[in-house]
Parts: sequence; structure tokens; C-alpha cells
Amino acid sequence: MSATSAPILTLDKISKTFGGGPGAVHAARSISFSLHAGRALAVVGESGSGKTTCARIAMREYEPSEGRLLFKGKPVDTAGSREIADYRRSVQMIFQDPFASLNPAHTIAYHLKRPLMLHRPELKGAAIGEEITALLRQVKLDPDIVAPKYPHELSGGQRQRVNIARALAAKPEVIVADEPTSMLDVSVRLGVLNLLSEMKREMNLGLLYITHDIATARYVAEDIAVMYAGQIVEWGNTGKVIDNPAHPYTKLLLSAVPDPDIRFDDPKAQVSTSEADETRRRSAATQETIREVEPDHFVRAA
Amino acid sequence: MTAPLLSVKNLTIDYIGEEKDFRAVDNVSFDVAPGEVFGLAGESGCGKSTIAFAISRLHKPPALIRRESTILLNGRNVLDLDDKALRDFRWREVAMVFQSAMNSLNPVLRIEQQFYDVLKTHKGMSRAEARDRTAEMLKLVDIAPDRMRNYPHQFSGGMRQRIVIAICLALDPRLVVMDEPTTALDVVVQREILQRINELRRKLGFAVLFITHDLGLMVQFCDRIGIMLGGKLVEQGTADAIYRTPEHDYTKKLWASFPSLHGGVLR
Repeated sequence: MSATSAPILTLDKISKTFGGGPGAVHAARSISFSLHAGRALAVVGESGSGKTTCARIAMREYEPSEGRLLFKGKPVDTAGSREIADYRRSVQMIFQDPFASLNPAHTIAYHLKRPLMLHRPELKGAAIGEEITALLRQVKLDPDIVAPKYPHELSGGQRQRVNIARALAAKPEVIVADEPTSMLDVSVRLGVLNLLSEMKREMNLGLLYITHDIATARYVAEDIAVMYAGQIVEWGNTGKVIDNPAHPYTKLLLSAVPDPDIRFDDPKAQVSTSEADETRRRSAATQETIREVEPDHFVRAA
Repeated sequence: MTAPLLSVKNLTIDYIGEEKDFRAVDNVSFDVAPGEVFGLAGESGCGKSTIAFAISRLHKPPALIRRESTILLNGRNVLDLDDKALRDFRWREVAMVFQSAMNSLNPVLRIEQQFYDVLKTHKGMSRAEARDRTAEMLKLVDIAPDRMRNYPHQFSGGMRQRIVIAICLALDPRLVVMDEPTTALDVVVQREILQRINELRRKLGFAVLFITHDLGLMVQFCDRIGIMLGGKLVEQGTADAIYRTPEHDYTKKLWASFPSLHGGVLR
């Protein structure tokens, strides 16, 4: 993906296989992408396509079966404990489920105090409280009202803002957001996406935005990678990929995005089940050849 | 418009609390014509599923349907049905597909048996008759009839959802209530299923009450749409009107909350 700055985080030909023998699941096949400061990469695909596996590899929750994970150009697997600690601080995650990802027995202030104490030892005494206030303001929550509350007293959108504040508390360089809005009500989704983008811009963060909703990918991310069956089948500049899709799976995905301008009765709108099955079958095969469609837009041959 | 198939009038539903009641549905009225797809859109908690439940008479305390409410299906008040009439009414006249419907199949019974249970209870069919009907229904939803011998786990999520829809249609209901039927599925599978339902309703003539929060999808599929906010139906109109000329502020705001695929970008 094009960017002038050196990448912060790079997945270099990473594969992840679960199990062995004929029943092995190839969740990720030769995945390569980089995250750059101040840019967002959207990884788009259906459930089971391997997008969350990518997130988990970036979070070092999974060891890759093959390939290398590079942090600021250095392989992570040979890193010492100090570098690992630095990695853990620098790469923060926002989870899909705002209801399950906060501890119901602790206040919001506690959720923010923990990462501050762990990752920001320079903060002492009153400075911690001030930082909690500043973080909540940053995510547009009223610190006086929200800090003493428990998660159950907040709405889904508010909880997701707390999750963003918690990630920011560690002063990260990369944020991995796995479907951060899919469990939120439609009316608050944009607010959370706007906030994430604002943080990315203001704090120069690299954002890995994982979603099944390609329309929001357009809204949030400069770069996009479309995944199917563990492979990135098409990638590049988001606008170029969406406006000029080259891979049959990308075309299929785009044709099925709800569009109020096309009625189901319209013959143009028809997605043929047999063609869709054929596209899935072809897209699932390992595709080695890569073609450049235009500058900053690549596709695997299907 | 011909006489409505479903006519909901002044529907008011409270959830009775210890201290105060919560009004989930507030004086809602709308009609659905035979063969029509009517959509109810709104955010979670707006009362749309509560309405769906009321139409199938699935509510139990603490839900209380207020006395002034009527739900007429073919002119008969659903709220007055006794237990026996209700058993006949469910599935034969109104069938329901839920959001997690693909998980509502019994995992330890073959698909064939699950069809048979419905067909025997409601139509008194024999095994052989039920098998023929099952084959016919599976073909309608693009599933090979010989797979009726399989168990639910042998199908994908989208196929399971299609099987549930086939069971719903097996008794030729006049109305199918679909509450977020494809929300848990991928967009391609969602499109395949809804497209099929659209073809089937043209062919078989059933009406659909379609509930979702996705306005774009709703405009593609529905003939008319009602927008709900806080238990009230704040606007209703043709799909085209709701899309092109929404009148209520909330409808406009709801539209503004969907990024368009080819629309503006942030950054």
C-alpha cells in the first residue's frame, strides 16, 4: 500500500493454519500488509474469511504458522522482553462487543487507571486522575458523570467510547479495531467511526479497521484489503478498489451491498446464486499471481 | 387499495414494571395489503420486535397489550383468539422468522423430521405426503431435496436460514413476519435469501412484515415502510417516498447515519 512514511507494523507473508492433515483450516494464507502512522487500512470480508485472524496475529494473540511480523522494521519473534513490552503498549485493540469487553465489577475510572499505571509509570498521584479526565474528554464523554459509573450504566456507544479511551491511555501507535461498531445502534455508529478517524488524524495513529461493512470502509479508511477464504484477493486505495473492482469476489461483495437505488424486482439487481457459488469456489483456490490493475490497486488472479 | 390482510389499529403495549410501566408500543396503526411487503424500521428498543411478537400473539407477562388495541387478520381480531384457534392461526395464517432463526432448528433431528412435525400437527399429513411437500419446499429455496436426510449442522448458516423459511412457507401462510431475518448473515447471502423471498411472494402471494434497522436494504425490498421511534410510528409511506422525500426529522437523521458506498468520505 502506498505511503511515504516507514510502516509501523508489517505482516509479511503470514499464514496461520489450525489443526493438521486433511481437516486443517487455513485461516490466513500469505497475508501481507503494513500499517502507517496517520493512515487507516480496512480489512473487509465475510465471517470466516480470516479478518479476525489477521487482527489476532497483529495483537500477538496467535503465533503465525509461517511468515514474519515486523514492528518498526524489526521481526517481533526475536524481540527481547523490553521490546515486547513496548509492542504491547504500542499496539492496542478495540473489541467488537462493548458489553463484554468491560469488567462489570469496576468503574470506568478503574478501567482507565489500569493501563495508565501499567504503561505510563511517569504518571503519579493526581496526574493519573487528570489523565483519566483528559481521556474521557477526548472521547467526548463527560468525565464527572462517566468516571464513577459502572459499565451497565452506560449505553453501547458510550461503552465503545470508553474502550477507545482505554486504548488511547497506553499512548499507542497502532489501534486494531475489530468490528468496533457492528454491535452498536445505527444512529451511534457514525459517531464512533468519526471519533476513531479523528484520533487517527490527531494522534497520528495507524488504524487497522476490520469490518464486514464495505460502505463504512470507504468512509473511514484510505487503504482497503478484501479477504476471502484466508487470502487477500484485492487491495489498494479504497476508492480505486470500490469504484473499479477487479476480483470476482470483490465484485460479488459490492453487488450485494444494500443500495436503496436498486429494487429487488429490478433484473439488474439479481445476484445469481449459481454464479455466486462459482465465484466463491474460484476465489477459495490458492492464487499466486498478482496483477497491478492501476497504481496502488492490486488483485490476485482468479 | 384492496381490503387489508393485516390491520393493526391503536396498538399499545406496556411492559409492566414494579414501580412504573414502560410503554414499548404507543398507539400504532398500519395496514398490510395481501402480497405486500411492509417494513418496520427503527433502532433497538423502538418497539418494532414487540409489534412482531404481538401479531403472532407471542407475548407473555410482563408485556400487556392494552384493551383499545386491535390486530385484524382477514377481519378477525387476533387478540381475541382462544388457545385452539391460536394454534390453528400460528404457522397456517402467520408464520414468523426470527433473527437467529438458523439456530432455531433442532440440532438432533433430520431436516425431514422437522418438516414432518409441522406438517403432521397442522395438516395431518402422512410421512409420504410430508416427504413430497418437504422436497417441494426445499426446491423452492434452492436446496437439493435429497439433503432432507441431513442434520442442521451439515448446512451453512445461510442454508439453515433458507430451510427455516421453507418450513414457514410449507403451510401456505398469508403473512410471514420476518424480524431481522438476515442480520446475522453476510451481505451476499443476505441478498440471495431476500431476493428468493421476493420471487416467492410474487409467485405465492403471501405478504411480508419485514423488520430491520438497515434502511437501504428495506427500500430495496419493501413496498411501503413505517419508521418507528420510541414506540411510536412517526412516519409511513411508500419505499420511494421514505427514501426520496422523508418528512420526519428522525427519518432524515436515520438516513444520514448510513455511509454510502459511493458517497462522501471522512478522514
